[in-house]
Amino acid sequence: MLVDLQGPWNPIFGRLGLLLEVHYNNPVLFFAFELSVVVGVILLFWATCARKWGYIWREWLTTVDHKKIGVMYIVVGLVMMFRGFFDALMIRSQQAIAVGPDSPGVLGAAHGYLPPYHFDQVFTAHGMIMILVAATPILVGMMNIIVPLQIGARDMAYPYLNALGLWFTVVSAALVMIALFIGDFSHAGWVGLAPLTELPYSPGVGVDYWIWSIQIGSIGTTMGAINLIATIIKMRAPGMTWGRLPVFTWTSMASNIIALTSFPVLGVTLALLTFDRYLGTHFFTVGLGGDLMMYTNLFWIWGHPEVYFVVLPAFGMLSEIIPTFSEKPLFGYITMVIASMAIAAVSWSVWLHHFFTMGAGPNVNAFFSLATMLVGIPTGVKVFNWAFTMYRSRIRFDTPMLWAVGSMFLLISGGLTGMMLAVPAINYIVHNSVFVIAHFHNMFLLIVYAAFGAVSYWFPKVFGFKLDERLGKRFFWFFTAGTLMVFIPMYTLGFMGMTRRLDYITHPAWQPLLIAEMVGIGLYAISIVYFVLQLVVSIRDREKNAVGADAWGTSRNLEWATHSPVPFYNFAVTPIVHDRDEWAWRRQHGLTSLRPDHYVDIHMPKNTAVPLILGMLSLAFGFAMVWRIWWLAAVSAIAMLIVILYRSFDKDTDYIIPAADVERMENEMLARGNKVEQAGGAVGSGAYAAPQASAKKHQGD
Amino acid sequence: MSSHSAETVDPGTAALWDYEHHGHDPISTRTLGFWLYMLSDAMIFAALFAAYGVYVRNAAGGPTAADIIHPVYAMWETVVVFSSVFAYGLGMTALKRGSRAGVINGLLAAFVLGLVFLGMEYKEFADLLAAGAVPQRSGFLSAYWTIVLTHGLHMIIGLLWMFIMLIQVMREGFSQNVVYRLINLKLFWHFQAIIWVCVFTFVYLKGVL
Repeated sequence: MLVDLQGPWNPIFGRLGLLLEVHYNNPVLFFAFELSVVVGVILLFWATCARKWGYIWREWLTTVDHKKIGVMYIVVGLVMMFRGFFDALMIRSQQAIAVGPDSPGVLGAAHGYLPPYHFDQVFTAHGMIMILVAATPILVGMMNIIVPLQIGARDMAYPYLNALGLWFTVVSAALVMIALFIGDFSHAGWVGLAPLTELPYSPGVGVDYWIWSIQIGSIGTTMGAINLIATIIKMRAPGMTWGRLPVFTWTSMASNIIALTSFPVLGVTLALLTFDRYLGTHFFTVGLGGDLMMYTNLFWIWGHPEVYFVVLPAFGMLSEIIPTFSEKPLFGYITMVIASMAIAAVSWSVWLHHFFTMGAGPNVNAFFSLATMLVGIPTGVKVFNWAFTMYRSRIRFDTPMLWAVGSMFLLISGGLTGMMLAVPAINYIVHNSVFVIAHFHNMFLLIVYAAFGAVSYWFPKVFGFKLDERLGKRFFWFFTAGTLMVFIPMYTLGFMGMTRRLDYITHPAWQPLLIAEMVGIGLYAISIVYFVLQLVVSIRDREKNAVGADAWGTSRNLEWATHSPVPFYNFAVTPIVHDRDEWAWRRQHGLTSLRPDHYVDIHMPKNTAVPLILGMLSLAFGFAMVWRIWWLAAVSAIAMLIVILYRSFDKDTDYIIPAADVERMENEMLARGNKVEQAGGAVGSGAYAAPQASAKKHQGD
Repeated sequence: MSSHSAETVDPGTAALWDYEHHGHDPISTRTLGFWLYMLSDAMIFAALFAAYGVYVRNAAGGPTAADIIHPVYAMWETVVVFSSVFAYGLGMTALKRGSRAGVINGLLAAFVLGLVFLGMEYKEFADLLAAGAVPQRSGFLSAYWTIVLTHGLHMIIGLLWMFIMLIQVMREGFSQNVVYRLINLKLFWHFQAIIWVCVFTFVYLKGVL
């Protein structure tokens, strides 16, 4: 049944024995390898010396706490975003160097320093990483942390499944990183163009790495979607009606409905491709009944909704940040909710605009053009709502607000170029040019801006201290300068006719703009330094930057009605919700005390190592499938099944925290909160402290 | 605009904390989650059926649908699947009565009928193999094997699950975990019958037209 491989294979090592190429001879990969090893060794050394292994195992690796799982999601996302940035740096520097026939070449490349096959892997990895293991984990992590807090829940609906989703995502990232060092990654673009991904055209293991990484990660995302939807439906605190649900929770709901319905389609698409590559079936082949447009259709039936899956939580973040720093309730709550759901609905009917030029005919193109333009209506509603929220308000430009406003500008410019691309006539002209690339980077950057804003906005809630404002602002401005310097030239190059995925530039007139892009990349690099510096300085000054429950003094939703950092049981006693902006309502009526009359027992899920074990086994399975080591694949699959069945017999999965213990922990946290608030560190920083303190009294609606 | 809600709350007397709140009914929460999972599973089959609609014409000179499909044989398979679902349903009415023997009998009958279905499917595909109608022959055969065997794989998982539930009902009786798993397995098993109706209609009946 199995397909005949080109090249050697043996029963024990599969294809591995003969393809085990750690690329010692390639300085680019060797640098990445050294960097990873050095960082890894430093971390392991630190953990061992500081005797942190027990702590890491108990508090992080086996945790089922939604906040810690969310933090781990975000850390994975940020690390992979750093990797994706390196890929981008290589793409742009290669293009800036490899201009014209006389341009020099090094490291085996005819021009520039990356041979075409390596360059193709770099841009494939960049796209796949940034979307699936950077943006998605950061957003899912944020939803994980914030949604249960916003609805007054103790945890997610299925804490164990939540941890499993995290570890599958980690495996996805791990497989991409392994591909960097052992073997190759796909060279077929992050969309995996068929039939280029078929075995005869891509005989190596690169496409297999790409398939299994996405497949395992998307199972994790689907699990997360089930969990979040069930949490929002079932776990809301008393009084938290649908009409009072915070907008971020609403957009998470919309986003996860998209994920739940679209990721299975991706799974099917990749599975069919897997059958073609492993069993020799004819789904996407040329000839023998294969249909390669089928691949494109199926892929984008997932791929387009995925765009809204990542953008909707970003919209939700903006809807939380902007009212807080405008010191006003969000304008047009109902329309915001309707707009989120409308975007989720329309997201399903626009996939074909990704291949307007395939020759579908004017009627099909017209339909998808109109459907695409429809998305602009609810999105426009959102932008106007944010604008009206800021109109005649008292805006404070703290770091989260800077990111939010930047995000709005990116949404407007990216949305306008999106409308241009939605016109088939224009699309035919700029098809596959870097104009398209600039457009969707514009849109993804708005997500990144919203996510960075959300990280600095909710950071004090999760960790109990604020990020350093001064360095945060430098991070923002350098990042923004980088964005402008990279993507304005890219739009221009698109109009000048530069197509995407070029490892060699034939047209020297493009070089000044390519060099401008390099400058932008340099600015991004500086911003990363400031980001790391911001983290280091903030952690060093954590005592000085400590905050009370309401870190910003004007925040509005339920997540601020518990301590910062949030205790592992979230709320000592489940809050009762009275208003759409519950915390603002409580603050307005002077009900901000976090001490209830008495405490009661709390029922909590127990930590478990099972999700971690299943994750490790799925990593072994994915790796075995990539290298076609059948015995290892079978062993790890069977082991996974046994672990799942074994766990189903485990009845000892939760425990009770006695009321007395809750009271003791609460008293400690209340004492800390009081100390911080008396020190004045909690509310505002610097110049904002005074007006904000008075605003706190009569603030509100 | 001090309160967005319709009813106004007097902040002087408002209760801020709910001491009696003990979370939510775990069985209904888990059943909802399983419904959501089945929605995602339904999308898998939807994508496969959509693809099959395209591939059914792509026989590439090999056997066509009319050549390999036996709707009468598939009808008997349908009868077996539905009998299995019916047996499981009888088991679930026994669960309502709290009868452990009734549940075990229902599950056993459903299990045996499920095995019969898989046996029939095995014979069908062994015949196809013998006739050379392998999935590698054409796009149509790839899609045919994939869609029918995806359903078959679900049946295998369902039977494995049923086997585990037999053990757990015998060991634990009707604990909360066992009850929610029985309910979810009921959803899963009925869902497989519904998918089989779609397979029977779009693959077997349409195949002979």
